[in-house]
Amino acid sequence: MLGRTANGLFWMFRYLERAENTARLLEAGLRMALTRDVTSAREEWRSVISTLGQRPQYEANHEEYDGPSVWNYVLREKNNPANIRQMFGAVRSNARIARTSISSEMWESVNESWMKLDAMLARPVSQGSVGDVVTTIRRAGTQVHGALDGSMLRNEAFHFARAGTYVERAESTARILDMKYYLLLPSLRYVGSSLDSGQWDQVLRSVAGASAYTWLNTGELDARGIVQFLVLDERFPRSLAFCRSALRDNLAALARIHGREGGSNELMRSADMQIANTTTDEIFEQGLHEFLIDYMNRNAAIGQAIGEDYRFLA
Amino acid sequence: MGDSSQNFDEMKRDDGSVRPAYTDYCDWFEDQQPAWLKRKNSEADESFRRTGITFNVYGEDEAEERLIPFDMVPRIITAGEWRRLTRGIEQRVRALNAFLYDLYHRQEIIRAGRVPERLFRNNEAWLPNMVGFTPPGGIYTHISGIDLVRTGPDDFFVLEDNARTPSGVSYMLENRETMMAMFPDLFSRVAVESVSNYPRRLARSLAACAPPKCEGTPRLAVLTPGIFNSAYFEHAFLADQMGAELVEGSDLRVVNGRVQMRTTSGYEPVDVLYRRVDDDYLDPLTFEPDSVLGVPGIMDVYRSGGITIANAPGTGVSDDKAIYSFMPEIVEFYTGEKALLPNVETWRCADSDSLAYVLDNIEELVIKEVHGSGGYGMLIGPASSKKEIREFRAKLEANPDNYIAQPTLSLSTCPIFTSKGLAPRHVDLRPFVLASPNGIDITPGGLTRVALKKGSLVVNSSQGGGTKDTWVLKD
Repeated sequence: MLGRTANGLFWMFRYLERAENTARLLEAGLRMALTRDVTSAREEWRSVISTLGQRPQYEANHEEYDGPSVWNYVLREKNNPANIRQMFGAVRSNARIARTSISSEMWESVNESWMKLDAMLARPVSQGSVGDVVTTIRRAGTQVHGALDGSMLRNEAFHFARAGTYVERAESTARILDMKYYLLLPSLRYVGSSLDSGQWDQVLRSVAGASAYTWLNTGELDARGIVQFLVLDERFPRSLAFCRSALRDNLAALARIHGREGGSNELMRSADMQIANTTTDEIFEQGLHEFLIDYMNRNAAIGQAIGEDYRFLA
Repeated sequence: MGDSSQNFDEMKRDDGSVRPAYTDYCDWFEDQQPAWLKRKNSEADESFRRTGITFNVYGEDEAEERLIPFDMVPRIITAGEWRRLTRGIEQRVRALNAFLYDLYHRQEIIRAGRVPERLFRNNEAWLPNMVGFTPPGGIYTHISGIDLVRTGPDDFFVLEDNARTPSGVSYMLENRETMMAMFPDLFSRVAVESVSNYPRRLARSLAACAPPKCEGTPRLAVLTPGIFNSAYFEHAFLADQMGAELVEGSDLRVVNGRVQMRTTSGYEPVDVLYRRVDDDYLDPLTFEPDSVLGVPGIMDVYRSGGITIANAPGTGVSDDKAIYSFMPEIVEFYTGEKALLPNVETWRCADSDSLAYVLDNIEELVIKEVHGSGGYGMLIGPASSKKEIREFRAKLEANPDNYIAQPTLSLSTCPIFTSKGLAPRHVDLRPFVLASPNGIDITPGGLTRVALKKGSLVVNSSQGGGTKDTWVLKD
């Protein structure tokens, strides 16, 4: 397939994942804000914007961190170049670029979702409909992944799509964790305090892991458990370990299809070591923040190398 | 345009009885609940939007995409009518190819004094660097669209020959898919020729024109200007259906004397390039130096037998409206037969006698720019205000060579579905014609364009026209 088409597929799925993760973050923020007083609600909304790395841009355009301003900014505001409406537009343009490599079923599910969302986001989103919008975004992701799984050949197109998904997802989970890393440092002082369990709960919700975590840990919420779960638990599909091993499989499949390994496979081997033999203790010893930064750097380097190995750009 | 009762109604005779082409359809139509039909009609738009069959509109919001309105009443042609049409179309396309070959070689037709030399010498589509070169298989117009209009039971005329890169074939295919999805029982009651294998026929026809340097199975690619082009949907659709790569100029590069595309495993040669990019943009080294849509050096590869370009560069010289006026002579010159499909009577304003006639009768005529297309730059005398006519007359007098004039035809009508029931509207027809060394291949059907506004004669989608599924009945 064409390098440009592979690039289109990779980015189509990165943007899809990014839109979905951003929506989850918003959803977790909404839930938190509802259960807080006005001052702490403002904190929650600020933290949503911080996690997205958008504080300067947001503050240049808004004076307050209130719900409607934040969700409209994140969802649709033109002065936010990374709003969800734009992201979904990018999902669709990339799908159009890669149109000949995706099934009609997949194209139609992208196109339909885009039509629906674009209409929903054409006007400011009210308190009454923000929940619907977020649900629609999540469902769009689910539907497109379903079409990918159920209608696409397991050829290179499939693996480029999946590689985009996991590079983006890994980045997102790591970033959310890093924004809250100071809350997760093991400290006797906070254990069991309702403030922190609320924050932890939000972190889990942001990555759709709240109930999975509860199941695995029978309701115990502590820093060590959360780090173990979000970083090292290979059963959880948004954990750092899961994303890395899934990405490794996709890269191995691509190398097999092309009959050669490239820089991305090599980077993958050394990145694998970072996680394979690590324990929670070691992570805390090294420093959670330092561990996460290292993880994100390696992840970005792999993403870059995929583009070079498979000639995404001229 | 006059009284609408003077137009040929393709469905009904003057006494209200239904013509043979439409009898089965009308029987079916009578059996359907009007409310159900209305609901179906609104579903159609939804289905087109979902599949993304849209065209981009230039000059508007960048992301603006529009649907071409679809009318759910088919345009129906009998097997007998179609047979006669195809004979005429085939003859015409053969003549076009022979004419192009001749123009770029010995120019016998000019030596014989049948066509004046200035006609193509002044034509921007004339490419001097095609002179003396024979495209692989001797084919110039791999794909052409012959626009036909009808004025009576046996009266079909050619309105225009589209020999560059005719578009609209995706509508022929998708309109049929939509009709079959909406009305499956209809197709079990009426036997209609299938159009769905067009992409396969196109792939086969293009592969038959592989260049001398092609090794093994020819690799096809569709060259598009990119996702913002108005016909991008069609480019992607055709590539997908043919199993060809959809490439942009930036994907291609000349490597080892071949045009090669950048794939995930390196550069791989393209044998046949179905380009949907104009000649001017094809090769920045030969034509438009600033073009980023084309491939530097592709013309050299072409001339050395490394690639087939479809349609051949320089083909546009034949679909100029001034050349059109000579088509009866051209057909006769190369086939030795009278043209089976007549032209619409055409006055070349470059002739002073014709110009005088045109100026005297401007209110009754349709006047077109020689190089214009898409329904722009034309005057429909009977439908224009005094002011519009005055302004157009000034342009015409200033540059008569740039115009031709034709009578305002009483185009046939087909019914469309409206909230008040069926209503007649003017239509034209564009069949798609493939040419290869194996012969001329015409898919039974085509694109029917319909003027949705009552009385309007302009069928162009850019100006409020819609499309219909076109049926050729089986014998």
